[in-house]
Amino acid sequence: MQTETLKKGRSMTLPGLAPLGRILRFLMRQPTSAFGLAVIALLVIGAIFAPLLATHNPYAQDLTNTLAPPGNGHWFGTDELGRDIWSRLVHGTRITLTIIALVTVVVGPIGLAVGTIAGYYGGAVDTVMMRITDIFLSFPSLILSLAFVAALGPSLSNAIIAIALTSWPPIARLARAETLTFRAEDYVSAARLQGASDFRIIMKSIVPMCLPSVLIRLTLNMATVILTAAGLGFLGLGAQPPLPEWGAMIATGRRYMIDSWWLVTFPGIAILCVSLAFNLVGDGLRDALDPKQMNRR
Amino acid sequence: MLTRSRTRGLLRQAGTIAVTLLGLLVLTFAIGRLMPADPVRAIVGEEATQDTYMQVYQELGLDRPLPMQFLMYLRDVLTGDFGTSIRTGQPVLNDILTVMPATLELATLAILIGATLGITLGVIAAVKKDRWQDQVIRVFSLMGHSMPIFWTGMIALLIFYAALGWVGGGGRMEDYFIGLVPEVTNFILIDAALAGEWEVFWSALNHLILPASLLGYSSSAYITRMTRSFMLDQINQEYITTARVKGLSVRQTIWRHAFLNIRVQLVTIVALAYGALLEGAVLIETVFSWPGFGQYLTSNLMIGDMNAVMTCVLLVGVIFIALNLLSDVLYRVFDPRTR
Amino acid sequence: MDTILDIQNLTVHYRGSPAPAVRGVSFQLGRERLGIVGESGSGKSTVGRAILKLLPSADITADKMQFQDTDLLALPEKRMLEVRGKRISMILQDPKFSLNPIRKVGDQVAEAWRVHMKCSAAEAKAKALQMLSAVAIRDVERVYDLYPHQVSGGMGQRIMIAMMLLTEPELVIADEPTSALDVTVRMQVLSILDGLVRDRGIGLVVISHDLNLVRNFCDRVLIMYAGRVVETLKASELDRAQHPYTRGLLAAQPRIGGPRQPLPVLQRRPEWAEEART
Repeated sequence: MQTETLKKGRSMTLPGLAPLGRILRFLMRQPTSAFGLAVIALLVIGAIFAPLLATHNPYAQDLTNTLAPPGNGHWFGTDELGRDIWSRLVHGTRITLTIIALVTVVVGPIGLAVGTIAGYYGGAVDTVMMRITDIFLSFPSLILSLAFVAALGPSLSNAIIAIALTSWPPIARLARAETLTFRAEDYVSAARLQGASDFRIIMKSIVPMCLPSVLIRLTLNMATVILTAAGLGFLGLGAQPPLPEWGAMIATGRRYMIDSWWLVTFPGIAILCVSLAFNLVGDGLRDALDPKQMNRR
Repeated sequence: MLTRSRTRGLLRQAGTIAVTLLGLLVLTFAIGRLMPADPVRAIVGEEATQDTYMQVYQELGLDRPLPMQFLMYLRDVLTGDFGTSIRTGQPVLNDILTVMPATLELATLAILIGATLGITLGVIAAVKKDRWQDQVIRVFSLMGHSMPIFWTGMIALLIFYAALGWVGGGGRMEDYFIGLVPEVTNFILIDAALAGEWEVFWSALNHLILPASLLGYSSSAYITRMTRSFMLDQINQEYITTARVKGLSVRQTIWRHAFLNIRVQLVTIVALAYGALLEGAVLIETVFSWPGFGQYLTSNLMIGDMNAVMTCVLLVGVIFIALNLLSDVLYRVFDPRTR
Repeated sequence: MDTILDIQNLTVHYRGSPAPAVRGVSFQLGRERLGIVGESGSGKSTVGRAILKLLPSADITADKMQFQDTDLLALPEKRMLEVRGKRISMILQDPKFSLNPIRKVGDQVAEAWRVHMKCSAAEAKAKALQMLSAVAIRDVERVYDLYPHQVSGGMGQRIMIAMMLLTEPELVIADEPTSALDVTVRMQVLSILDGLVRDRGIGLVVISHDLNLVRNFCDRVLIMYAGRVVETLKASELDRAQHPYTRGLLAAQPRIGGPRQPLPVLQRRPEWAEEART
């Protein structure tokens, strides 16, 4: 009992990512989240070795062999321009990962900045910033991204910007809540008494404390990012042809769906698997963060 | 009974809503200004002279500074003028009122399916926590949350419509029924029932059931998870033991005692899920050729019809705020402790 | 003695915990008031819940769990539902938590009747109102429609007693019935419970950490330590306790007029948890 609280106390004051290793071990022990981790690992491997795994050039057209069913040298068949669907799927992992990575890299700092500043200063700064956050939160993210992409013009990079613009508010909320709990801690007061600037206190004392929970929240968000990106691609507002983005592949395959089922089926399964994987990992993380669960198993 | 603190609370809430609404307007206005389409060119056409162009440019107030333009926009919105759609030539508000019932009909049936499914599964998962039922429900509901709904829609159409012929295909009903029923509410099921046209009713239901089930399934994931977690909080409470001591079975205890206590929270969750469902509706309407709000929005996005897009986005925001408010009010009605 | 309950060698093991919470507890109960005393974690509440078989996360084993003509141990859950609330009931500790916060207290009392008796809602309500006045509640019609957060602790516990005695059970287990109450209303609630139990000849098990309460209120006392019964005594003979743990408990009680020295610290020896029952 006593050692338990001691351990907890120590990991609480350790700024940074010490508990992440423990969480990873927890995730591996459960079949569902272990499966999720495995799929994500495959996704990363697929993206790194895409040129080796692909059997064809994803852009090479072969108009003599269009809409060929799976088999016969093309594992997943060919599309309306005779391109190999397997190779396009494999190269598509790079686009998916790029979207996830860029959105996360943009959203994390924005959310952290807004949340920590609002939480640290409090008062009017807090009120104004949280009001703005609430306004963004009062839209469903896909519809707001749709509007942003429409305003910026359809392209992959604009889709990423639009998704990022709509997914920072929950991170900001979280960072603010965390900041409020740390703001009154002794080491923050100590830093202030030593004459550290506000910027320095936020960067050195508060941001590192918020980081673990923000990182986890970002992971939880990834499945939604994938689905939103695929949705934008499907509506023609995301990645543009001939990029092998999965949502866009489904959109073009739709015309040939009745006779050539493989055009839409495989990209769809790919989206489903990856977003399910992130959801399973996210669900496991939620359990891992529940202290009661952690101790019991 | 309006106490002073209560009045102050209501005033503060009204102030918050007003500020949020103003924020929504700023946001939609910004999106409208960012849009690459040239609103003047869209009105006067490609062959207009420079003079005509400038005249319309000034009529639209585009020569004035942005804050002025925003105030003009604000004035228009407050007087109920949302502009004219370039594509249809109709006032945007009329357009939206025409397409909205189709979406509401779809979304309402979907939320009924999603809430029934989600609440039932959530309760079972909580009661059977960590047993195999819990795991199966967890994966099943995460599947619903993970599927790209536009793709599932296409696959479901392939299977249930093209291959099996169990349900109708795209659209709200068979083409030869269109125009058969007088449009009263624009909710086909209601209109058909009012007119006593049961064939039309069944055709409409047949077309509605597949997209509504898919939307419902995808929204049930969130409802399932929240129900499970609310229920787990209740199951460990002492009053549950009291009910068991009285001789109630597990099932009776769950539904007569624990469930009553999560009802309030569930209302909030379902209201929020209903709002999120509109998002799925945008995608699924495209797949099912559903003549609703989502299709209206996406088709106007493609051609850059500024007024229509701004109004659609604004409307969704207002619906979200309204749903939040509604769940707040329902909370007070259902919970004796807040009375 | 007219035995209502006969427990032999009861052991309760919560799944996932290393040691059983209750080990080899045996006792018999007649038409009397039995106190079970022990500090928190001694397993006294677990014994109460084991009798009602309300421990979903624990394995219950015993040589014998006989309740009058019923073998509780072999009774399937479905038949157990007919025992709970009708023949054995239990008064829980804190009405703040043990009453359902969003149902009217009267309905909750009436429910105890409706679960077991086939009758109309009006009959059940009449029955509940009658019982509420039996626990010295005035203005029962008004109280019936209140919600738990609108009643005081003492009133809540009287409602709890009404709910649990409504069906005239043969055995009532009272799990810390007054610990959550203000000292001033404790005696009042206890005397109401005492009166009802005496009038109806109900067997009563009082689970408590309060030695004085048990001494004044019960006929016999079981002292539990670390899941075992270390000593069984008549309440009137408590001062002649043999076991060092019981003596320690007694010595730790402050007494008006007693010596003004610091109270002795309670000794806890691991061997008491191991040794056979005396």
